[in-house]
Amino acid sequence: MNWILENLGLIGSLSLEHLRQSVIAIVLGFAASIPLGWVAWKYKLLRGPVVSLTGLLYTIPSLALLMILPVLTGMSAISEANLILALAIYAVAIMVRSVVDGLNSVDPATRSAATAMGYGTARRFFAVDLPLAGPVVLAGLRVTAVSTISLATVGILVGVTNLGYLFTNGLQRRIIEEVLAGIIAVAAIALLVDLLLLLAGRWLMPWTTASTLKRRTPAPKSTEQAAS
Amino acid sequence: MNLISDALSWIFAAEQWQGDGGLAALLGQHLLFTVLAVLIAGVIAIPAGWAIGHTGKGREIAVGIAGIARAVPSFGLLILLVLLLGVLHKPEAALLTFVVLAIPSLLAGAYTGFEAIDRKTIDAARAVGMTEWQILFKVEIPLGLALLVGGIRSAVLQVVATVTVAAYVNLGGLGLPIITGLNLRRFDMVLGGALMVAALALVLDLAFAMAQKAAVPRGLGARTKKKFHYTDDQITLEREMS
Repeated sequence: MNWILENLGLIGSLSLEHLRQSVIAIVLGFAASIPLGWVAWKYKLLRGPVVSLTGLLYTIPSLALLMILPVLTGMSAISEANLILALAIYAVAIMVRSVVDGLNSVDPATRSAATAMGYGTARRFFAVDLPLAGPVVLAGLRVTAVSTISLATVGILVGVTNLGYLFTNGLQRRIIEEVLAGIIAVAAIALLVDLLLLLAGRWLMPWTTASTLKRRTPAPKSTEQAAS
Repeated sequence: MNLISDALSWIFAAEQWQGDGGLAALLGQHLLFTVLAVLIAGVIAIPAGWAIGHTGKGREIAVGIAGIARAVPSFGLLILLVLLLGVLHKPEAALLTFVVLAIPSLLAGAYTGFEAIDRKTIDAARAVGMTEWQILFKVEIPLGLALLVGGIRSAVLQVVATVTVAAYVNLGGLGLPIITGLNLRRFDMVLGGALMVAALALVLDLAFAMAQKAAVPRGLGARTKKKFHYTDDQITLEREMS
């Protein structure tokens, strides 16, 4: 416990760094997934290729992606921007499918009603489609957030400082508490962000009531929009 | 693009593949760790997942474990276990990390496979007089197989990615050229290693995608079949969403 108490300042500042890097990546990935998911949902011909290509990105191990990206972008492999880009790519890999699934879960009758009331394409997307796709998109966003925060620690292997520093430094100095503090800090940040997203979802989408939450039997994919 | 051709010539140089630290040996280590970890995790998680799927009990616990497991950074867990078990037991520490990593996907693959089965099918099996064990082996396991293979696919890919990171504690594997190359500033080596790992992951993913298709029983109609074609992150989402 001594090491942790003496280094609370270090843990705190690394946690902030870690949170900042992860949040930028999550926001970037989310922002890119909405139009990508929309295009894949709107044009059936593109759906297969977009969903499977983005999904394929997820299979590339992080350490490999961190080394391959600089060749394509011209950035330095050891730069923070490279880590954030890699994390954002993984976020897109998970999120695009949830956006497509979410848009699929919107009742076509609701969409027709909006059209009948005179909603244009853009207004209908932001005022009807996107909010109704919300619960499924949020479920994807929560998975993305947790895995991004946990994955970011690999950044230390290419020299980007965040909570991963406690792992490599702890190994070199053989301080078990330091490594343990790092794991706990990462998991705590991940679970905290997850909780915040859940609460934000309840606040922004109050219509996600108990009845949709309780749907436990695996119904066909399109109706399964329960986000716990 | 010069870097790419440098990396490719590094990979295809004959001397790279020979000897103790050669690419052939590293690839073997990488696959050995992956196979062992997924096998051990499977022996633990698959029967447990089947029990959850068959009885419908303990699901919340499994979902909770999976949620926490995703939040724990596997790189940190690896280093913690290396320190706890001591440097002499490094391979065991690494194997334990990979097993812990593989368990949630396998568990989810096993029980979501059972849950995706139409309840009517199971009721019908019971009605024709099948015992619980017969239902398990003749109905639930064959029908749930495709989703289980999906879970194995996701576990294998996660372990392959993490074995790469394990090179940091001198465990070999295909991450080794990346880590060594970074220290030596030999970017042909770094990129060569990275391309090898990415290729390995893509080949394994493709092989499991085909296995998943093959695991759908012949009798299933086209409409129900669709439900069984899940991929790895769909299982993750499924787990989170329900």
